[in-house]
Amino acid sequence: MRSSRTGWGLLVPTLIILFITGVLPFLYVIYIGFFDWNIFSAKVGMVFAGVNNYRRLVFDADFLSALGRTVSFAFWAVSIEFVLGYILARTLVKDFRGKTFFRTIHALPLMVAPIAVGATWRLLTIPGFGPVPYFLSKWFGIDYNIGRYADHAILTVVLMDIWHWTPFVTLVLLAGLTSMPAEPFEQALVDGANRWQMFRYITIPMMMPIILTTFFIRMMDALRVVDEIWMLTGGGPGTATRTVGIHIWRVVFPKTDYGYGSAMSLLVLYFTLVLSWLVYTVMTSRSQEVSQ
Amino acid sequence: MTRSTFRKRLGRVGVYIIWIVATILVLLPIYWMFVVSARSRVELFDAPTFIQTTFFAENYIKPLSNPTFQRYLTNSLIVASCNALLVTFLAVLATYALSRWRLKGDQSIFFWTISNRMAPPAAFMLPLFLLFTRVLKIGTFSLFDTQIGLILLYCIFNLPFAIWLLKGIMDGIPVELDEAALVDGASLTTVLTKIIVPLAAPGIAITAVLSWVFAWNEYLFAATLTSVNARTVTTGLAEFVTVTGTNWGQMAAISMISLLPALLFLALVQKYIVVGLTFGAVKG
Repeated sequence: MRSSRTGWGLLVPTLIILFITGVLPFLYVIYIGFFDWNIFSAKVGMVFAGVNNYRRLVFDADFLSALGRTVSFAFWAVSIEFVLGYILARTLVKDFRGKTFFRTIHALPLMVAPIAVGATWRLLTIPGFGPVPYFLSKWFGIDYNIGRYADHAILTVVLMDIWHWTPFVTLVLLAGLTSMPAEPFEQALVDGANRWQMFRYITIPMMMPIILTTFFIRMMDALRVVDEIWMLTGGGPGTATRTVGIHIWRVVFPKTDYGYGSAMSLLVLYFTLVLSWLVYTVMTSRSQEVSQ
Repeated sequence: MTRSTFRKRLGRVGVYIIWIVATILVLLPIYWMFVVSARSRVELFDAPTFIQTTFFAENYIKPLSNPTFQRYLTNSLIVASCNALLVTFLAVLATYALSRWRLKGDQSIFFWTISNRMAPPAAFMLPLFLLFTRVLKIGTFSLFDTQIGLILLYCIFNLPFAIWLLKGIMDGIPVELDEAALVDGASLTTVLTKIIVPLAAPGIAITAVLSWVFAWNEYLFAATLTSVNARTVTTGLAEFVTVTGTNWGQMAAISMISLLPALLFLALVQKYIVVGLTFGAVKG
């Protein structure tokens, strides 16, 4: 009745599509990474190059600085999102009038297309009619211009990411906070622990799997961020906000340096895989704890 | 008033202050975009105010009556709708199989399926571009710049999400129901259409809506893997800034159009967004 052939039959279409869209490009990018392949070069077609592309990559200052920039952008944005998200999640644990309304509005940025997020922030910060530069200069005399000053651009990109993704951190941490048992806290209260001690020695250790999972997921997202930053600053001024994604897409890709671009893609993929492996480890260790 | 009730009240006021500020901060950028979309060029370059009493409809009419933008809009609607249908259909079959059969290695298959969600577009677009333009070709037909190409491609992030969401729902439907029907000699198709789909309908609807929104929002794949025929609204939005230059009113209007679905479906799906974005690492 439940023959395994029927089961596989139901599963196969999904597996085929994911093979074409997921596995095939992955294998292909590894393959091309070993070749010299540039439409504009004198050599026609693919020329086997061994690990030359990777050797080049290690000394590519543009790529490495884009990578460093992306990681530090991710670190600052994600750290601030965690602080804000925790405060907001904490206030949502108890019921109050209008909670559902506030929480629903709060989730809005998560549904907005990243490219439209970039567009909104561009309209806010554009010199000429954007309210942010206007009021900053009127009230504080600050000459704010994301097209001219690198630090203003970086700050704005971080703020935009905070606007876009704090709701995500809030909702995930809220899910964690509401699923925590009450007994350890009651016990600690009896033992005379203060709020900070409870936070430090009970909340944080119990929330650690969720905190780590969310942190790695946000880092993965930040490693791939392209759309919104591209729309807001175009990676500029200069290279101030050019992330790895923008670097591959706008610098390597148009040069049709396919072999080298593949090697670079693979390295980004490698970082993502390491992060997802960490997520997997944290997740499985958590479910073991639960089952014990 | 005792000290503790005072603190409690202060705490409640504090919570409201925090949430009112947070809500204003969330809505302000979107409200400003609406304001820009309602202003003519002349109004725009006055000193910025947040109060808007007039509505400059031309910002909306111009792009909506432009054949190029109409094509972008149609493409987005077709790609998002077909992708949502395809993804939901495949996910119902796959999760039914994963939930009812003990297949060899089904646990690893499940995790592998989910992990596809993490594929970073920035790293995948180059191999996909080459595959679409050079390798996956039948005669003169290639997947590059076609709606079918995008519909298939968006499965990479939507299918894992749909499978995660529906797996939980399928596991929640009692096995006895379809077991009994199968004993009575019902075919697999009957079981699926008469028992499983009706029972899982709310979950299926949410899966379809969220997949639709994710596909509608996608930009990077659409930008690299289409050129003329299959361009979508999001790519049109980006082109607006780089090529046409500075018609900010119209750009804001297109942005408003692009986030209309998000505004419409927000209340319905907000609980499940987190599940979608964490590929189920955290239950929302």
